[in-house]
Amino acid sequence: MRGSRILAFGGYQPDKVVTNDDLAKTVETSDEWIRSRVGVESRRIAAADETVADMAEAAGAKALAASGLSPASIDLVIVATCSPEVPIPNVAATVAHRLGIGAPAAYDLNAACAGFCYALAAASDSVRTGSARYALVIGAEKMTSWIDWTDRSTCIIFADGAGAAVVGVTGDGEPAGIGPVVWGSAGDLADKITITDDTRAIRQDGQAVFRWATTAMHPVALEACTRAGISPGDVSAFIPHQANLRIIEAIARRLGIPRERVADDIVHAGNTSSASIPLALSRMAEQGRLQPGTPALLLGFGAGLSYAAQVITVP
Amino acid sequence: MTDQEILAGLAEIIDEIAGVPADEVTPDKNFVEDLDIDSLSMVEIAVAAQDKFGVEIPDENLKDLKTVQDVVNFVSKSS
Repeated sequence: MRGSRILAFGGYQPDKVVTNDDLAKTVETSDEWIRSRVGVESRRIAAADETVADMAEAAGAKALAASGLSPASIDLVIVATCSPEVPIPNVAATVAHRLGIGAPAAYDLNAACAGFCYALAAASDSVRTGSARYALVIGAEKMTSWIDWTDRSTCIIFADGAGAAVVGVTGDGEPAGIGPVVWGSAGDLADKITITDDTRAIRQDGQAVFRWATTAMHPVALEACTRAGISPGDVSAFIPHQANLRIIEAIARRLGIPRERVADDIVHAGNTSSASIPLALSRMAEQGRLQPGTPALLLGFGAGLSYAAQVITVP
Repeated sequence: MTDQEILAGLAEIIDEIAGVPADEVTPDKNFVEDLDIDSLSMVEIAVAAQDKFGVEIPDENLKDLKTVQDVVNFVSKSS
C-alpha cells in the first residue's frame, strides 16, 4: 500500500483583533494576568455574520491553490469543527460546493481540539485505501459563538479561525509523509470541558485539564514518534494544539524538544480548537519556519476528552 | 521520610517549576501571597511531588494546601 502525504497548507484568520487590554475593559482581568496564565497577547474574532463555513472556505481555497490541484481532483472533504452554527446541514458539503469541488464525499467531524489530527488520519486512510484520490482536510471554528464573555477563565483563551491541508498518496517507492496516528479518548473525564443547555457556553475545569494535558499527552506524542521510526529530538517542528502556552511548554519540555522548534501561534491567534494546528502550520510555512522534507510532530487534545498525534513530512 | 527531607524535596521542586530559590521555601510561606505561585503551577508542583514522593495530591485537595507546611503535612501523612 502506498503512503499518504500532505501537499499544501492554508490558513485564515478573521480581521478583527482583540487585545488583552480590550478584554480588560469588560471583564476583571489584565494583560499581565492573561499572558502569565495562558500566554495569549491578542486573538482574532469573527464578524457577527461570518460563519464557520466562510472561514473553512477561505482556508480551504488557500490550501487548494497552494497544492496546484484543480478542485475537480478533490473527492473527499472533511471539516473538523465543534462550533457550527447549526447541526444540519453540515459544513463540509457547503464548503466543497463553494470551492467548486463537484460532488465529493463530505462530512464534519467533532473531536473538538483534537479534530484536525483525527480528520487528517481519516483522510490519510481514505487516500491510502483508494476511497479517495485527494482529500481536503479543514479545521474551522467560531469558538466565540460559545463563549460567556463574563467568564474570565474562558473568554481570554478562545478565538476564531480556520486551517486546511490537501492530502494525497505518495509516489511509488516514496516514504510515507503522514505517519501512523496514535489516537484515543478519555470519556471518564468528559465533564471537564463542556457546553451545557443551561450555559450554552464553554465551561472547563482548568486545573484538571492542565493536569491531564501535562501528564497524559507527552506519552501519546512519544508513541507517534516511535511509530514513525523517529525520536522527538529528530523533529524539526512540534505543533501541539494551541491550548495554553504553559501546557505547550510543559509538554515540549517533557519531550525534550527545544523551544525554538515549538509552535507558539497561540500568542496572536488564541485557542482556535480544531483550527489551531493547521493555522499554526500554515503560518510557520509562510514565515519560512518549516523545512520541507523534514519530520514535524502534530498533537491534538481537548474536549471529549480526546487526543491524536502523528508525524508528518513537511511539504 | 522526615518532614525535613520532604521540605528539602519540595523546595527543589518549587525552584525548578516556579524559579523560587530553595532557601526562600520555608514552612510558613503561603504559595500565592508569599511565593507568587498560581493555581496552574500548583498543579505542576503536585505532579512533580507525586513523581518524587509517590504521593498523589488530587486537585480537590490542592485548594486547601495554602502553605509550604500544608504540603509537607499532606505528604507526610499520606506516605
